[in-house]
Amino acid sequence: MVQLLSPAGDYAVPKEWATYGKYIDRLSEADFLKFYRDMARMRRFDKEAEALQRQGQLGLWIPAIGQEAAQIGSGYGVGHNDHIFPSYREHGVAITHGIDLMSILKMLRGVNHGGWNPEETRFHLYAIVLGSQVLHATGYAMGVKMDGMVGNGDLENDLAVISYFGDGATAEGDISESFLFAAINHSPIVFFCQNNQWAISSSVASQTKVPLYQRGSGFGVPGIRIDGNDILASYAVTAKHMDDAREGSGPFMIEALTYRIGAHTTSDDPTKYRDSEEVEYWKARDPLARFETFLRRQGIKQDFFDEVAEAGEKLSTEIREATFALKNPPIENMFKYVYSDKHPRIDEQLDWLRKYEASFGEDAHS
Amino acid sequence: MSNFVELSIAKAINAGLRKCMQDNPKVLMFGEDVAQLGGVFRVTEGLHAEFGDKQIFNSPIAESGIIGTAIGLAMRGYRSVTEIQFDGFIFPAFDQITTQLAKMQNRSEGFTPMPVVVRVPYGGGIGAVEHHSESPEAYFAHTAGLRVVTPSNPNDAYWMIQQAILSDDPVMFFEPKRRYWQKGPVNLDEPPMDSYTASVLRQGTQVTIATYGPMTAVALQAAEIAASEGKSIEVIDLRSLSPIDFPTIIESVKKTGRLIVAHEASSSFSVSSEVSARITEDAFYHLEAPVIRVGGFDVPYPAAKLEEVFLPDADRLLEAVDRSLAY
Repeated sequence: MVQLLSPAGDYAVPKEWATYGKYIDRLSEADFLKFYRDMARMRRFDKEAEALQRQGQLGLWIPAIGQEAAQIGSGYGVGHNDHIFPSYREHGVAITHGIDLMSILKMLRGVNHGGWNPEETRFHLYAIVLGSQVLHATGYAMGVKMDGMVGNGDLENDLAVISYFGDGATAEGDISESFLFAAINHSPIVFFCQNNQWAISSSVASQTKVPLYQRGSGFGVPGIRIDGNDILASYAVTAKHMDDAREGSGPFMIEALTYRIGAHTTSDDPTKYRDSEEVEYWKARDPLARFETFLRRQGIKQDFFDEVAEAGEKLSTEIREATFALKNPPIENMFKYVYSDKHPRIDEQLDWLRKYEASFGEDAHS
Repeated sequence: MSNFVELSIAKAINAGLRKCMQDNPKVLMFGEDVAQLGGVFRVTEGLHAEFGDKQIFNSPIAESGIIGTAIGLAMRGYRSVTEIQFDGFIFPAFDQITTQLAKMQNRSEGFTPMPVVVRVPYGGGIGAVEHHSESPEAYFAHTAGLRVVTPSNPNDAYWMIQQAILSDDPVMFFEPKRRYWQKGPVNLDEPPMDSYTASVLRQGTQVTIATYGPMTAVALQAAEIAASEGKSIEVIDLRSLSPIDFPTIIESVKKTGRLIVAHEASSSFSVSSEVSARITEDAFYHLEAPVIRVGGFDVPYPAAKLEEVFLPDADRLLEAVDRSLAY
C-alpha cells in the first residue's frame, strides 16, 4: 500500500515509491494549503448538507466524511484537460474542478437530476446506477484515443479519463466489462476505486475474495492500493498514473483504502451493521487531522487554520441561504429535455398538462 | 429522374450505413462479429474492408459494454451504430439502454445529446434455437427518451437507417430478420418520408390492418386474399413505434371504422395494446367494431417446429377481419 504520510503525520517516501515522491517534491506550500482548505471545505459542505436534509430541505444526503483525502488528493491529480466520471459521492472531486456545489444540492433537493454541462466542466454527471458511469468513461477514453489525443507528449492537448466508483460497485458486471474494453483498446483511463469498506450494509470482505486493486489484473489492468486517507499518496499516485495514461500506457486501477465514517445516505442506519469500535478506529485515522499535523510541522501557523474555519462558517451560511432560495422547477422541465428532436407524444402531454393546470387558476403549478 | 436500384433489406441497410460512414468519419459501427465477418447476417459485409478499424470494429461479447461505451463515445462526439447480434441477446444491455442511453439527455438538461443507434435483428420465422426469434420492441417503446423504428422494405431500410444515424436522439432500429433477403426498389436520390410517419401501403375501405416490420408482408398478403373474396383492406405500415403516427391511423379508421393491429410479439402489454387503447380514446365514435389485436401468444417463443403456429399468418389476420366485419 502506498503511504507517504503516516497516520501520525510523518512524511516519508520509501524507496520503492520514489516515483510518486517526485510528484510531492513539485508541490509548493500554496498547493498544500489549497489541499487542506478544500478538504475542510468538503467536510463543512457535507455537514451543512446533512443538516439541511435533517431539516427537510433536501430529499437525501450522501455523506462522504472520511473520504476527503481520497477525493481532494486524486481530484487535484487530474489534469486540466482530463475528463472525470464520478459516481454519486464525489463532492470533493467536484470541489477540485470548480463545480458549483449548489448543482449537487439542487439534485438532492429534487430540482433536477444533475443538469450541469459535462463537456464544459469535464466533470460528468453523478451516476446513481452503480458502475454505469465506468462504461461511459471507458467509451469516452476510447474516443480520446481515436481522436489521437494520447501519447503526443503535448500537455496542452493530450488527455486521459478517470472514473470513480466504490467497493460495492466492483461487483457489477459493468465494471468488469469496462476493464476488458479499456484493456483491449489500450485506453487512456484510470479506474479509481474508493474502498470505503461498506456497500450500504455489506462489508468489503463479503464482496470480494481478492484485494480490489488486483481485480483488473486478469483483464490486463494493473493496479495499486494506496492509503486513501493520505492526501499526498492520493494526489501523487493519481497524478502519476493520469500522466502515464495520457502518455499512452493504457488503463490502470487505483484502490484507495478509506472509510465511510458516516452513513451510506441519510436513509441508512449504520449502527445496525457495524461496531462503534470500528468507527472509532477509523476516526482516529481522520485524513484532515493527519494533514493538519503535517502542515503544522511544516510551520503553518494557527492563523491559517482560523481562516479556514472562518471560510467554513461563511460557506455554511451561503449554502443554507442558497438552498432556501432554490425555486421549484417549472413543469415544462419534465418534458423539455426528453428528446432532442420533436416527439409528438411529449408535446401532446405538455399541452394537455398546461390546460389542466390552467383550469386551477391561481392554484396551478407554475 | 430518380436513381432506382434493386436491393435486399440487408443490402439496403448496408448501403445506408456506408453512405453515413462516408459522409461523416465520426460515424462508427461496432458490435459482435461485425467487422471482417460482416455480422452473422452479413449486414455490415464489406464495410470493414472499406473503412478499416477506425470506423468499424468487433466488440467483446458484452452487450452492456457495447451500449455503455457507445454512450461514452457519444459524449466524445462520435455517432455510434451498434449491433446487438440477436433480439434475445439485448437484455444484458437493457440497463444501459433504459437507465442511461434513454435518460442521459434528460439528466443533463439537454447538454448531452445521445446520437446512438442500436441495430437489432428481430422476430422469428428462421427456424432458430431459443433467444434468436424474439420481438422485444415494446420494452423500448415503453421507455421515454428512446425512439423505436422498424423498416419493412428495402427503400425504408436504406433511408431509415440514415435518418436514425442523423438523429441526436437514441434510436432503437429493429430489423425484420426473416425479411433480410426480401428485395425491392430503392430510390437512392430521395427519401420516402421521415422515419416517424406511418405509410399507407394499400388503400382499402372496410378494415384497416396496422402493422410493422416482418408482419407487413403478411398483412399485404392477407389484403390480397381478402380482395379476391371481395373485401377491401387498408394496410398501414407503422414504421415507427416511438413515436407512433396516430393521425395516419385515425384518418384510416375514420374511413374504415375497423382496426386490426398485428405483430409477432406477444399481445399483452404490446404495441397493439397501446394502439388499441389510443384509438379507443381518440377515435371512439368512428369505430364500428372493437380494435382487434393479432399477435404472438403470451408464451415464450416456441421451439422452431411450432413457430409457424405461433406466428400470425394471413389466415389468422383474415379470421380477425371476419370477426371485425361481424360486428
